[in-house]
Amino acid sequence: MLGFLKKPIVVTAEINMNLLALTVMGLISRLRGLSYPRAVVFDEVYYGQFVSLYMKRIFFVDDSGPPFGHMLLALGGYLGGFDGNFLWNRIGAEYSMNVPVWSLRLLPALAGALCVPLAYQILVELHFSHCAALGAALLILLENSLITQSRFMLLESILIFFILLAVLSYLKFYNLQSHSSFSGSWWFWLLLTGVACSCAVGVKYMGLFTYMLLLAIAGLHFWHMIGDQNLSNVSLLCHFLARGLALIIIPVAMYLSFFYVHLALLYRSGPHDQIMTSAFQASLEGGLARITQGQPLEVAYGSQITLRNVLGKPMQCWLHSHKNTYPIRYENGRGSSHQQQVTCYPFKDVNNWWIVKDPGMQQLVVSNPPRPVRHGHIVQLVHGITTRYLNTHDVAAPLSPHSQEVSCYIDYNISMPAQNLWRVEIVNRESDTDVWKTILSEVRFVHVNTSAVLKVSGGASLPEWGYRQLEVVGEKLSKGYHQSMVWNVEEHRYGKSQEQKEREVELHSPTQMDISKNLSFMAKFAELQWKILTLKNEDTEHKYSSSALDWITMDTNIAYWLHPTSGAQIHLIGNVLTWASANVAALIYMCLSLWYLVRRRRRIYDVPEDAWQLWLSAGGICVGGWAVNYLPFFVMEKTLFLYHYLPALTFQILLIPIVLQHLSNHLCRSLLSKSMFSALIVAWFSSVYLVYCTFSPVTYGEPALSVAELKDLRWKDSWNILIRKR
Amino acid sequence: WDETHFGKMGSYYINRTFFFDVHPPLGKMLIGLAGYLSGYDGTFPFQKPGDRYEQHNYVGMRGFCAFLGSCLVPFAYLTVLELSKSLPAALLTAFILVFDTGCITLSQYILLDPILMFFLMGAVLSMVKCNTCADRPFSTSWWFWLSLTGVNLAGAMGVKFVGLFVVLLVGLNTVYDLWDLLGNLSLSLVMFGRHLLARVLCLILLPLALYTAMFAVHFAVLNKSGPGDGFFSSAFQSQLIGNNLHNVSVPEYLAYGSVVTMKNLRMAGGYLHSHWHLYPEGVGARQQQVTAYLHKDLNNLWIIKKHDSNTADLSDPSSPVEFVRHGDIIRLEHKETSRNLHSHQHEAPLTRKHFQVTGYGINGTGDANDFWRIEVVGRKTGKLIKVLRSQIRLTHVATGCILGSSGKTLPKWGWEQVEVTCTPYLKETPNSLWNVEDHINPKLPNISLDVLKPSFVEILLESHMVMIRGNSGLKPKDNEVTSKPWHWPINYQGLRFSGVNETDYRVYLLGNPVIWWLNLVSIGLYLLIAISTTVALKRGVQLTSQLKELSQVLLRGGGQITLGWLLHYLPFFMMGRVLYFHHYFPAMLFSSMLTGITWDTLLKFCTGFLSSSTTARKAYGGGILVLVLIIMYSFYLFHPLSYGMIGPMASDPSSPMAGLRWMDSWEF
Repeated sequence: MLGFLKKPIVVTAEINMNLLALTVMGLISRLRGLSYPRAVVFDEVYYGQFVSLYMKRIFFVDDSGPPFGHMLLALGGYLGGFDGNFLWNRIGAEYSMNVPVWSLRLLPALAGALCVPLAYQILVELHFSHCAALGAALLILLENSLITQSRFMLLESILIFFILLAVLSYLKFYNLQSHSSFSGSWWFWLLLTGVACSCAVGVKYMGLFTYMLLLAIAGLHFWHMIGDQNLSNVSLLCHFLARGLALIIIPVAMYLSFFYVHLALLYRSGPHDQIMTSAFQASLEGGLARITQGQPLEVAYGSQITLRNVLGKPMQCWLHSHKNTYPIRYENGRGSSHQQQVTCYPFKDVNNWWIVKDPGMQQLVVSNPPRPVRHGHIVQLVHGITTRYLNTHDVAAPLSPHSQEVSCYIDYNISMPAQNLWRVEIVNRESDTDVWKTILSEVRFVHVNTSAVLKVSGGASLPEWGYRQLEVVGEKLSKGYHQSMVWNVEEHRYGKSQEQKEREVELHSPTQMDISKNLSFMAKFAELQWKILTLKNEDTEHKYSSSALDWITMDTNIAYWLHPTSGAQIHLIGNVLTWASANVAALIYMCLSLWYLVRRRRRIYDVPEDAWQLWLSAGGICVGGWAVNYLPFFVMEKTLFLYHYLPALTFQILLIPIVLQHLSNHLCRSLLSKSMFSALIVAWFSSVYLVYCTFSPVTYGEPALSVAELKDLRWKDSWNILIRKR
Repeated sequence: WDETHFGKMGSYYINRTFFFDVHPPLGKMLIGLAGYLSGYDGTFPFQKPGDRYEQHNYVGMRGFCAFLGSCLVPFAYLTVLELSKSLPAALLTAFILVFDTGCITLSQYILLDPILMFFLMGAVLSMVKCNTCADRPFSTSWWFWLSLTGVNLAGAMGVKFVGLFVVLLVGLNTVYDLWDLLGNLSLSLVMFGRHLLARVLCLILLPLALYTAMFAVHFAVLNKSGPGDGFFSSAFQSQLIGNNLHNVSVPEYLAYGSVVTMKNLRMAGGYLHSHWHLYPEGVGARQQQVTAYLHKDLNNLWIIKKHDSNTADLSDPSSPVEFVRHGDIIRLEHKETSRNLHSHQHEAPLTRKHFQVTGYGINGTGDANDFWRIEVVGRKTGKLIKVLRSQIRLTHVATGCILGSSGKTLPKWGWEQVEVTCTPYLKETPNSLWNVEDHINPKLPNISLDVLKPSFVEILLESHMVMIRGNSGLKPKDNEVTSKPWHWPINYQGLRFSGVNETDYRVYLLGNPVIWWLNLVSIGLYLLIAISTTVALKRGVQLTSQLKELSQVLLRGGGQITLGWLLHYLPFFMMGRVLYFHHYFPAMLFSSMLTGITWDTLLKFCTGFLSSSTTARKAYGGGILVLVLIIMYSFYLFHPLSYGMIGPMASDPSSPMAGLRWMDSWEF
């Protein structure tokens, strides 16, 4: 009965002290003095503003990447009780007391610290010795650039963490594959691969390339499984479905959920509203929603509307007209119709109001019940304040002579008849009888007589006589769909007053009625995603920008921060020796592989088969990871910085111990040469450590160095180390 | 349409005037040659599309292009025949190409595309032929086809840089081939070396030699100054007859007191220029404008002075000449207005992050902001500065910024000249480098500029640099509606060749939609079949010998063609330049060949299940016949697109094309 008491209760715990020690060292190196300097460092100025916006729940669009990374940073701020009240305007500005610097920087630092044990594990899973794994972890630990990048509120270390996690979990999964398919841990690692991949992509789009690499490797492994005749078709299908679920469906779902959380968190309108469509803006609290709340949905004959151009570039604007006419002659001598100007005006104004009129009737009010305007209907547009009709004719437009001038018609009695009929074409209609809807419908106005399309011309603003407003033209050759030709109704109300005087009063009054509409999440997601991908930042020049070729040799550095009085400063400078060795390792790897490959083709086997497989799979991950994280930068057109190279560098560093171990195992034949080689490695490691120590003052920003010491640190002429002039 | 371009360039060859184009010269040289042989005298101006040719003899040039274009059909036919060993497949392909309106339109006019496609298909055909000769290497026919591949590669590269993709295709094929040979242990290493050498010779050295020869001819023919001069460096211009740098002689080293012009080194960079006009209110300091100007003008002249002493003694003829040295601090005085080149910490008019550059001071007396350090790239301090050959950087002493031209055009107040700024970002770009072009100093002996006659290799390199930059400079403007690569295979939108209005004779470049959509479907089908076949093979399914043969054709031959299609299509997605519909046509050739192979294989496979072999054969023949008939009927419907249409637009029911406007985006 009490048999179990006869044996002692034993708990056997196996703790890999290497791993533990590495984690602790990683934490020390990344977390030491984390809240120093208490000032804005480099791109913190950029990410910080988003953290503030998250805290205040204000909507924003950032074209640099998906929102997951920003959200993680914001999480740090949230845990630290940050209220978002800090003006992120200048690098080097002192943080005020309400900014929880330590917790804001904690997450990136933790991610950076955990990369060290991850590197160790990856090498172990690649079946390399613990010694090599230890070497890899130490190299990551002593890499100055990785330390610098993880100690601040920046995204690279988080990205690298997720990338390494994805690689590690895939390797774990693959190693479980042969003996325990579909076991609990098999599923765990498989799912973790998918989750880590989606997190990496969610932090920065660069993560996409590692994801692709892992997909390719998984595809290759699956291809080998197809050739395995021992597996039945059914189990093969199960394997395929499991991989599809974990590596494709789950990442996509996770990615969507990032946006879901992002949009759920940010529900207030803010500075970036205007990039989005009216429908999107209306879904945010405040801003446009306050104005449009409760407008009638369907545009009817007699509706009073404002028309916003959908393009929104170079600025959002509304179809506008005013009392002034086009000058009889332009500066270059061409003539105009001298009729009333029609422009696109970037500000809200009472002159932006137009009335939709049925050409067959005189009245300018909405009948009861309202008669909605549908796709294909012919309408006239009457300018609310001046009651003139929107018109276009075969007269060259002021700035774009190939297009027709658009005016509000004035009858000068000079045999120039009014041509003011427009056909409404709803671009995003579902059927041909769709009703023209406020905000939701995107509409083209096609001129009936000339089939010209109403359009904002290429961002050109009129000269003085047109008050620098944007030019509106009738485009004769409508070359397909372009957003500058599409308009939507933003503000809308049913007109009630037949008399002009009353109508003016009505036009000046704010709109008020009651219906509210919400976009579905998918529609919002699609729009936001599209904006993130297509938004372009103009400024491409930066003092510390560099080209991708500079990175291999680390010809550039980035100054992150300079102490306002002393010479203490923080730079993004890597461990020179590690970078050089990593390059050499990659070179050796590629040459050796090619050599082996050619020799194997001639049936000469230099290394045993299992060592060759190890060599290949390790190279596939490390060289492949380096290539996919580096080569795409050559075709990118954005501004590049040294820190973009860090993910690639991490993979390259992992390659060093792999190559070293291979060299010592297979190329050093005699015992003597082996021990010589080991001695060399030890010497090399100590010099890596020395270099780390030398550069640690500019990595951690303390202690402050004297001018002479700083000059000594300038190992390359192209480095930009800040030296204060006395 | 584009005839205005290439026809004009043909005329340039006949007139031997120098011009600049972003494409290599072979295509235009051939057009020029065809025109020359057919008696065209090169006088037609090619001003704008739609101009009448009148008495000019243009038929030769058009006929030449059309001939090359029609060669595509037999080439494709032979290629498919060689790959699939099946006559119906080859016929199907040939019919597709014969009856495609797009191919017809494109090869009817004076364009580069028919020439490019001719060489491209030639290369593919000879590559395929060479592969079938692989069982008897080093035979005459093997050598013939191998070297013909090389010749065609050179031709394709020489017409447009798109030819690079076919080079890639042939290269990959060759690597695969060699890898195969390497694994063949019955072949000794010496033999393998011979194989390798033969391929290096025929596929690398031969095309390279031809390609350079082409440029040699190009530069030999075009020896007169023409509209393309400004794109090239001063040294290059000195080679052209009629250019003002031709055969002039100037003093060799820069000296104080000399009058000089400074040319910016960026492509189409202007001369440093100033004039009496001031920067307007609100644009930096209200001082005299300094700009970059593309034309030669008296206002481009500057005098080099020492920073600390003034003019007087320098104009004295007896005083010794003092040369400017690398690292000297100088002052540049504008000759016409006697103001100094000046910069200060006001923001530049357009590039807000740079500093403004102005003309400042009266009669040469200014302040310390007029001092510039003159440096030569890659030289040591104290060295003399050579005219024309030295690349000079001017560093502003007070702020440390570098004089550069941003390339942006100033608004009206700046006479639409190019902005000159002082950039604080110390980067080595040609924007911030200058060279001294004219150099007048009566006290120095003149030397002839022939000394700096660039070698042929330098000319070749320079023209390539200029072409590449020109190509990447063809960026779409912001609001322009451009064609997107994904539009192409679905035939989304064509290209208007001529004629807009109802009364005009209109030609519209659009593929025969039936054919193009058939091609699109075939690509999908092919991928499906190929994947299922490879998976089946990998799973070790036993196939009959006939099926094995089919799968061999499908995977090996179809694979090559698919690779060709991918190589000619996918890269366009990554290109930033302006893209047009006709860029898809090389890929379309491959996809047509793939269609032939795919349908042939598919029909063979399906009819293989039929019980008796006679019905199987009948069904197979019937299938092919139906496809061909559909293609011919669709051509009957759409032929006005390429042969021209007159009359109302297609939206009008009375037009011959009524009811054929199947997609709203077609504009005929």
